[in-house]
Amino acid sequence: MAMTGFRKLLLIAATAAIAVPQMAGAARPWLLPSETMFAGSGNEWLTVDAAISSDLYYFDHPGQDWQPVVTAPDGSTAQVENRSVGKLRQTFDLGIKAKGTYRIAVVNEMLMGNYMLNGERKMLPRGTTAATLATAVPQGATDVQTATATTRIETFVTAGEPDRKAFATTGKGLEMVPVTHPNDLAVGEAATFQFLLNGKPAAGLDVVAIPGGIRYRADLKQMDAKTDAQGKVTFTWPEAGMYWVSLSSGGRRGPGEGPGAGGPGGAQGAAAPAGQGGPRPMGPPQDRATYAMTVEVQG
Amino acid sequence: MQISHKIVLTGSVLGAATALAAPATAQTLDVTLTLPRLSVAEYHRPYVAVWLEKEGAPARTLSVLYDVDKRNNGGVKWLRDIRMWWRASGRSLTLPADGISGATRAPGTHKLSFAVGTLAPGKYTVAVEAARENGGREVVRVPLNVTAAGGKGSATGQFELGAVSAVLAR
Repeated sequence: MAMTGFRKLLLIAATAAIAVPQMAGAARPWLLPSETMFAGSGNEWLTVDAAISSDLYYFDHPGQDWQPVVTAPDGSTAQVENRSVGKLRQTFDLGIKAKGTYRIAVVNEMLMGNYMLNGERKMLPRGTTAATLATAVPQGATDVQTATATTRIETFVTAGEPDRKAFATTGKGLEMVPVTHPNDLAVGEAATFQFLLNGKPAAGLDVVAIPGGIRYRADLKQMDAKTDAQGKVTFTWPEAGMYWVSLSSGGRRGPGEGPGAGGPGGAQGAAAPAGQGGPRPMGPPQDRATYAMTVEVQG
Repeated sequence: MQISHKIVLTGSVLGAATALAAPATAQTLDVTLTLPRLSVAEYHRPYVAVWLEKEGAPARTLSVLYDVDKRNNGGVKWLRDIRMWWRASGRSLTLPADGISGATRAPGTHKLSFAVGTLAPGKYTVAVEAARENGGREVVRVPLNVTAAGGKGSATGQFELGAVSAVLAR
């Protein structure tokens, strides 16, 4: 029950087939670090804001009760402190005790799907997971169809020099493997990231990179790229700032965009639910995965 | 005040560099930089980093001027605000470091001299970055084409740095 808000987000993603227009506009999930570069003195603090919103990085949707998972520079799991879910955002602190790179992630994996009961096809309830599937499907149900929806939201901070032990992958959903270290990005320099889908190169997926501060400019400044056969994309950063980089696989949504998202520069907040088209027939559910990271570009 | 700071820094830079490597043909790189006098309500002397870049080689920090006298090495915390330097070199250093760390400077023109050993001929960049608390931050990059006869270059900042020049003498 801790993931209610997140489930709502995922449900919209997961049930595009039945077009639930609960959230107008594109909702982008993100983690925003208070800073990304630490001296490494051992007694520094990071604060992270976690939220979903249309504008980056602007709090205007309900706060999400996500469970952050932090990987310390040595690959171990570090505990966050002062985690608090507010009306518009979640926030938590992390002690930066070791030198190297920390990965801060929110990972969610749930099952979506449906089953037949008494001649009717019923949806699995929101938030069903592999662990709860057995109780979510009532007695007598037949033809149970399920698919997995994974979402991974990340950001990275580094004390001292960047290193790479925190980037171990799990083989589930969409994951980022740094070619260029995400804490080593600078204006005018090309940065390459590799994306894996279930542990294999995620080829041919659309990736977007959007700088923060959307609210205060007319041009969305979205950069688009497609992953190559190795799942790699390269962006060259035009200006300094925080960037949101995202991609999705499966389903009909565009990369990292919520339902009803307009194109680049589209009226994000005003996207009409009607833009999604009408209800579509309910077919077998399809596995879906979404990845989003916030990275800082120095300049 | 300015003079004593200068003497302390120059002396320590020369001393450490000499101790590390002093080939017979040691060269001296003089970097002259101007910190503009700014009419602002709250002025703090900027943190300043000077480093040397050459394509294909790691950046080499020549000097970093910060609050070296803060208790518990506290000035180090804000060094990452000299952001370009931090990325290029600072984050790999342990500070304070002899011959590199120095105290902040007052507005005015300062000449820093570095015993850089022998620089192979080629195109270098001397980068100077100034970051001021509650103020701005600026990087000035001085191209330095080093030949057998040495080299010199200059550039000018707009906000946190004035004229910057670099002279490499045999």
